[in-house]
Order: sequence, then C-alpha cells, then structure tokens
Amino acid sequence: MFKKIMTPVDLAHVETLQKTLQCAADLSGHYGAPVVYVAVTAPQPSKIAHTPQEFAQKLEAFAKEQGDKHGIAAESHAITSRDPTIDLDDRLMKAVEETGSDLVVMATHPPNFSDYIWPSNGGYLAEHSKASVFLVR
Amino acid sequence: MADETSPGIPAPEGDADIIETDYEIGQDNIEGRVGPFGFDIHNPVFVISGLAAVAFVAYALTAPQQASDFFGWLRPTLTSSFDWFFLLSANVFVLFCLLLIVLPVGSVRLGGAEATPDYGYAGWFAMLFAAGMGIGLMFFGVLEPAYYFATPWGDAPLGTVRPFTEEGALIEGNVEEARRMALAATSYHWALHPWAIYSVVALALALFSYNKGLPLSIRSAFYPLLGERVWGWWGHVIDTVAVFATLFGLATSLGFGAQQANAGMNYVYGIPNNVTVQVILIIGITAIALVSVLRGLDGGVKVLSEINMTLAFALMLFVLLTAGAVGILSEFGNGLVAYAREVVPLSNPFGREDTGYMQGWTAFYWAWWISWSPFVGMFIARVSRGRTVREFVTCVLIIPSLVCILWMAIFGGSAINDMIANPETSAVKANVIDNYAPELSLFAMLESLPLAAITSTLGVILVIVFFVTSSDSGSLVIDTITAGGKVDAPVTQRVFWCTFEGLVAIALLIGGGLGALQAMVISTGLPFTVILLIICWAIYKGLSDERRKT
Repeated sequence: MFKKIMTPVDLAHVETLQKTLQCAADLSGHYGAPVVYVAVTAPQPSKIAHTPQEFAQKLEAFAKEQGDKHGIAAESHAITSRDPTIDLDDRLMKAVEETGSDLVVMATHPPNFSDYIWPSNGGYLAEHSKASVFLVR
Repeated sequence: MADETSPGIPAPEGDADIIETDYEIGQDNIEGRVGPFGFDIHNPVFVISGLAAVAFVAYALTAPQQASDFFGWLRPTLTSSFDWFFLLSANVFVLFCLLLIVLPVGSVRLGGAEATPDYGYAGWFAMLFAAGMGIGLMFFGVLEPAYYFATPWGDAPLGTVRPFTEEGALIEGNVEEARRMALAATSYHWALHPWAIYSVVALALALFSYNKGLPLSIRSAFYPLLGERVWGWWGHVIDTVAVFATLFGLATSLGFGAQQANAGMNYVYGIPNNVTVQVILIIGITAIALVSVLRGLDGGVKVLSEINMTLAFALMLFVLLTAGAVGILSEFGNGLVAYAREVVPLSNPFGREDTGYMQGWTAFYWAWWISWSPFVGMFIARVSRGRTVREFVTCVLIIPSLVCILWMAIFGGSAINDMIANPETSAVKANVIDNYAPELSLFAMLESLPLAAITSTLGVILVIVFFVTSSDSGSLVIDTITAGGKVDAPVTQRVFWCTFEGLVAIALLIGGGLGALQAMVISTGLPFTVILLIICWAIYKGLSDERRKT
C-alpha cells in the first residue's frame, strides 16, 4: 500500500524516539517499503556535528544502524536550513516530495496550549502534506 | 566530540581544520518547558544577562541623576583619554583587513573548501547594511557633512576654514575647501574604518564556527588564546558582555530612534511630540520585528532588509536626480579623492590641534562602532558562510565603504548646496548650525527639494524600518549567544528577547536613562578594542593553520 516511509528524526534526542522508530520499522516490514530517515541541521556547528557534511555522515550511519537492527531497507536524507527554528515545517514538506515518500511516521508531543499559537511540526505536516501521516505520541 | 547516536563516524575529510575539543555544543544548556512553551538556554549566560539587564534598568530608573552623572562622565573621559588608542587600533584593523585581501591566507573559504555561499549578493548586502549602519545613514547622512562644513563651535576637522562669517554671510573663497574637508571627514567615519571593525569580528566568528567547528558565539574567537578555559567563566563573561552591549545598544537606539521618528513626524505632519506617541512607535517597531523574527531569517529578516534597501535606494536616487545628478556625482568623485588625500592625516592621533573633532567625533564613533561590533559581526558571520576570506573582506570592507561615501556625497552634498545657495533661509543651516536639532536635519534637507511631502514620508518610514531590521537581527544574535551558540533554540526565546528589548526601551524612555545607558554601552568600546586586537591575532593564526592543514 505504501512505497516509501519518511521518518523525521532529531539526532540530539534519539532516546525519545524509540516508539516512533519501532513503529516505522514495523510498517516498513509489513509493507515492504524502505524507510528514509530525514533530519534538518543549520550550517552552524551543532551538538551533533561540526559541519553539514559531518551531519549527513552521522545521519547515514544512523540509518544504517536502524536498517541492520530492524532488518529493513533504510536510507538517509539530510537537509540544511539556514534557520531551522522557523523553516522546519517547510523543509519537511519539501522532503516528502524530494524523497518520494507516501507515508510519514513521526513523533509529536501531546497537544497543548502552545499548539494554538505554533502548531506542532507533526500537526503541520498532517494538515498540509499530500502523503499519509502517522503521528506517534 | 561526544556522540551517543553513531560512534566512530569520521569528521569530514580534508576541507576544514576542525579544532578538537571535548566541549559539546549545548552541554551547559538547560532544556525544559514553562507551561506549554519549550526553552533551551545556556546556563549561566542567559540568566546573568537577563538579570543584569533588569538590574541596570532599575539602577537607571531609581538613581537617574547618579547614573547620568557617572556614565555621562565615564564615556567622554574614556574617549578623550584614550583617543590615541581608539584611532591607532582602528588603523590596525583597516591595515589587517587590507593585508588579508592580498596575503595567501585570503584564499581560505569560510565553511570549508567545498562550501557554497548561503546567500546571493543582493540579499547578503541588504542584510549587511540594514543591520550594520542603516539607521546611522538616515540620521547622520545630512547632519555630519553639514555640521563639519559650517561648525561654529571650533570642532572643524583638521581645523579647516569656515565658509560663513560670524554674522552668517558666505565667504566665497572658503567654500570649496570647507566642502572638501566636510566630505572627507564624514567619509572617514563611515568607510574603511567602521567596516574593518565589523569585518574583524565577523571574520573571527565565521572562521571559528564554520571552519573550526566551535559554537557560533563570541567566546569561540578566544579559543586560540584561552583554550578550553573559554567554555568556563572566561567565556561566560565574554558572552554576557556581548549580550549586554547588544541589548542596551539596541534598546537605547530604539528609544532615541522613537524620539527622532516622532520629531520628524512632528516636523512633517504636526503630530504631537510626546512620550505617548514614542511609546506607541516602540510598540509598533517591536511588533513588526516580532513578525520578522517569527518568519525567520529567510522569510522575515532578509525580506525586510531587501525592502529596506530598495526604499533607501529609491530615496537616494530621488535626491540624486532632483539635486542635480551631474553635480552630485562629481561630488562623489571629489569625495573619494578628498577621502583618499585626508584619510592619513585624519587617522593620525598625534600632534593634532582639532581635538574637538578627534575626541568628540572620531573617538566617539570608533567606541560606538566597536561596541556594536559583537552584534553586527555575529549577524554578518551568520549570513556569510561559503565566501572566501578575500571575497568576504573585499565585500564587507570595500563595497560598503564606497556605498557609504556615495550616500554621504549625495545627502551631504545636497545639504551643503542648500546652505551655500540660501545662507539666510536654508532649513538645513537653521536645524544644524543656527539651532542644533540633529533629528530634523534629514527632513530639512528634503524640504529644499521638490515633492518634500512624499519624500519626508518615505524618510519617516525608512527610519522606522531601519529600526525594525536592527531589532530583528539583534534578537536573533542575542538568542543565539544566550542559547550557547545554538541556532535552533525554541522560537519562544527570540520572542522573549525581542519583547524584552522593546520593554527596556519603553522603561528608559518613560523613566529617563536612555542617555546614561547609551553612554555605558559606548564605554564598553574600550575593553572591546583590546579584545578586537587579540582577535586579529587569533584570525591570522586560525587562517594560517587552515591553509597548512587543508
């Protein structure tokens, strides 16, 4: 039913993503669709990497590790954004198209008051993307 | 570098000289939530900067006379006692930058050998200008050339001749020399020297962040000197002082800017000139700046900077055409020649008799540019990834200098023409020389040209938009420093700093203390000058290592 699954990840908070990663892997096994792990970085050095190139390498390694762990086909897609705080939603929307994904599995927080001011990234994607979106709370 | 997700991944090969440090960006940060809003702040820089800012505002409000006396004494004392130090240091920065253009290290690319520029030239220049000196061009473009041309207060640059008698009659024979020196002396304050100051800070931050992998924060430039200590209290102090200078620099300019815009609106439309209108202006400016930071670097700050530059260019073109394009363009040529001839005598601090100009204007300007340099430098660094050092210095030093000289020639030249043509009735002369009302100088000059109602409105809008573009970029800079160099901190934080800036400005505007705290900010120019000299050495060392290893 699905050809490719996109899973946005925050490499700085992988420990909070276990449920999402498991879910993406299970769906991948069920539909035989590869998972593409997507992450966004700024050009400036971050906790994860000194440069965007290093960031991409780390994401690739992360994807490989997930692929081996769950026995699924895994890819990675690193995105550089000049202002990730603001541009994250748009970049993820674009990534859905760039990677040719038709299902997004991503983590999101339980809805709260701040969503009225700034919708969660997952909420934004579910509302605007053409792909199916599975939000893991 | 510690990494819990994928150990053993090599750093990028061959394109940059990463500094190996055990420090992990964000390791001192506190992440959490207040109610529904997330935060990710550096401990202790965020808290100390915030509390110290509140404490200083409280001091200025509760003991206004004492604050005003103290800082009102400190600032002129520093700029007149250390005038030689400011002048010599600024010369060092210019020479250093010019050397970087010609030395082999100029070929190093910011962001690694393979990096491509983040922004095209148009957007990049617009942001450089709008953050760096936009509002100053509006305020001083007419004021400064007109002032030097005819100052009766004995602070003429290099003690040049006066074109008017005591009674205000024109002395034909002195006009050319006074005009030449007015343009040279103004260009001196707006061309190579200030942009060299910005270049040094921006280059250091870009180099140590993009090429060496350190966090985008002022402290990173001190790594060659302080080593790992830079992550401790040394670094906290450096970053806190930078936040402090930026916050108060912006807040006091915002307060004064609201007064200037209000004075302009009063002059042009007769809108009442009072604190209520000024507070409304600050709220308006802060609100637009908030929208800008919420739309982000590309969707807000850059777009607004481009709009700003388009408007400024339109105004410049209008003045150029209506004031006589041929005459004014030859003024630009004359301005360049005069600048080239006088820049050496003007920048020599020894044996000068024109101390009124040298201490009251030049040393003041240098302290001012330097106290702004952490903010502007950091913002320039943020948008300059992917340029080579040579390209960076040429573009940040030479091109803005030429544009500033052109601007001063057009606005100043047109103002001086008006003073010469109508020595009795000139509105410029009335507002700059006869009654010193500097905030009206631009509008007085526009009045001498056709369509004054439209251009004055454009002038008021430009003053306001320039403040917005300083306020939004300043909020991004403060947010990044107080988040320990992270550029992806929760959006709540930039909202906080932008609002805080506006509130500080309103508190100082209502309670008094704008002047005192601005004097305090400018006083930070002295320690920062020492810091900048050290940074020059750090840049050279960093670049040499870069070339050796890549």
